[in-house]
Amino acid sequence: MKNFTATRSVLTVSNVIKQFGRFAALRGVTAEFDAGRFHAILGENGAGKTTLLRALAGLAQPTRGEISIFGKSPREACRDIGYMAHPSLLYDEMSGMENLRYFASLYGIADNNIRCEDVIRSVGLDPDLTRAVGQYSQGMRQRMSLARAILHDPRVLLLDEPFSNVDVHSAQAMVGLLKGMRDAGKTVFVITHQAALLEGVADEFVWMQAGQIVDRTSTLARAGVR
Amino acid sequence: MNSLWAVTTATLVKDIRLEWRSKDALNAMLFFSLLVVVIFMFSFDPLAEESRHIVGGLVWVSFLFASVTALNQTWARELRNQVLDAYRVSPAPANALFLAKVLGNFIFVSVLEALMTPLFVIFYNVRVLGPAWQLIPIALLGTWALVVNGTFFAAISLRTRSREIMLPLLLFPVSIPAVIAMVAGTTSILTGEESAHFYLVLLLTYDVVFTTACLALFGTILHAE
Repeated sequence: MKNFTATRSVLTVSNVIKQFGRFAALRGVTAEFDAGRFHAILGENGAGKTTLLRALAGLAQPTRGEISIFGKSPREACRDIGYMAHPSLLYDEMSGMENLRYFASLYGIADNNIRCEDVIRSVGLDPDLTRAVGQYSQGMRQRMSLARAILHDPRVLLLDEPFSNVDVHSAQAMVGLLKGMRDAGKTVFVITHQAALLEGVADEFVWMQAGQIVDRTSTLARAGVR
Repeated sequence: MNSLWAVTTATLVKDIRLEWRSKDALNAMLFFSLLVVVIFMFSFDPLAEESRHIVGGLVWVSFLFASVTALNQTWARELRNQVLDAYRVSPAPANALFLAKVLGNFIFVSVLEALMTPLFVIFYNVRVLGPAWQLIPIALLGTWALVVNGTFFAAISLRTRSREIMLPLLLFPVSIPAVIAMVAGTTSILTGEESAHFYLVLLLTYDVVFTTACLALFGTILHAE
């Protein structure tokens, strides 16, 4: 476990409500999250995890309430945020390198070839792979998607089910990579249904239910859930 | 903020690369336009004089309908794997995406026009009696009018359930002034009966007004849920 004495609140969520028509996906979520920690967000389907992550990424505007990341709105803090969704957010017809070069240009990354190659290697893929992403295995696609999310070296990582459809070995490799990022000072949020993978790695487990945060624990042990 | 032009160029190059590999939009547009040429050729056999009066309408209606397929494809690519969200979370300016899409569609529709115009000329035995060079500004301004509004309304209809149906319903009524100017301008040049100057000015004004409005509103459309 990391030493938390130097942590500070990096992300605050104040009474956030998100409604889709008459359905409230988030019902008054209030929380503060510290910098440099690994937060695992858990909960059943429909608990509001993805909506919360999309709101943190600036993709979903809260109906009410406020979100602050490093004192800025999510849109203003977009350079500090790396977002990985359940879909890959990659163009299937282009190679991994072509995809990353394009996304690097959106962030104005200079020397983007070198940066893209480094990031692709860091997720355990080969930057010289010319195959289109559409022909990748699910595990490779997930790793390339993670590479896209960390391309601009964000301080906050928001990852929605990064281990889904990934074999155990690849998932553990991804967990190791994320742990390394946390150790390097990044703040990591991971939504997952494979919580056991994060036991001993995540600093905090955030439990959501019916659009609210119902519990925050430092271990996976929680009454009735394992 | 990244430079608008750098992101526009990168996005345009990416779109051209994707189209080059899939040829989805170009194939669909070409097939549709060829059908129009062939069907109308067999439906009636106009004399050269009659052709000059009807070809302007045939050509532009064909290009208008054909371009809708390209316009739908433009955004469909961004919806697969929700790639558009990757753009939305980036600091890249919204208008760079819009301009790149408009320029890409302009290139694709221009390629279609370049390929199909000779066929219209041959099959309908068209000889231009007016200043033929004026067909070029009419084509450029008219194509821009189609794609700038088309790209914008295609983005609006992105989140609707039946976007393929929504696009023409939104686009065609708004395009009426431009289509009238394109058809009337082309016909006046082909027949040489009147100057196309008025129609050129009308198209230019239309393009400036709608390009400005679309650029002003696109950021809201992109970040809407």
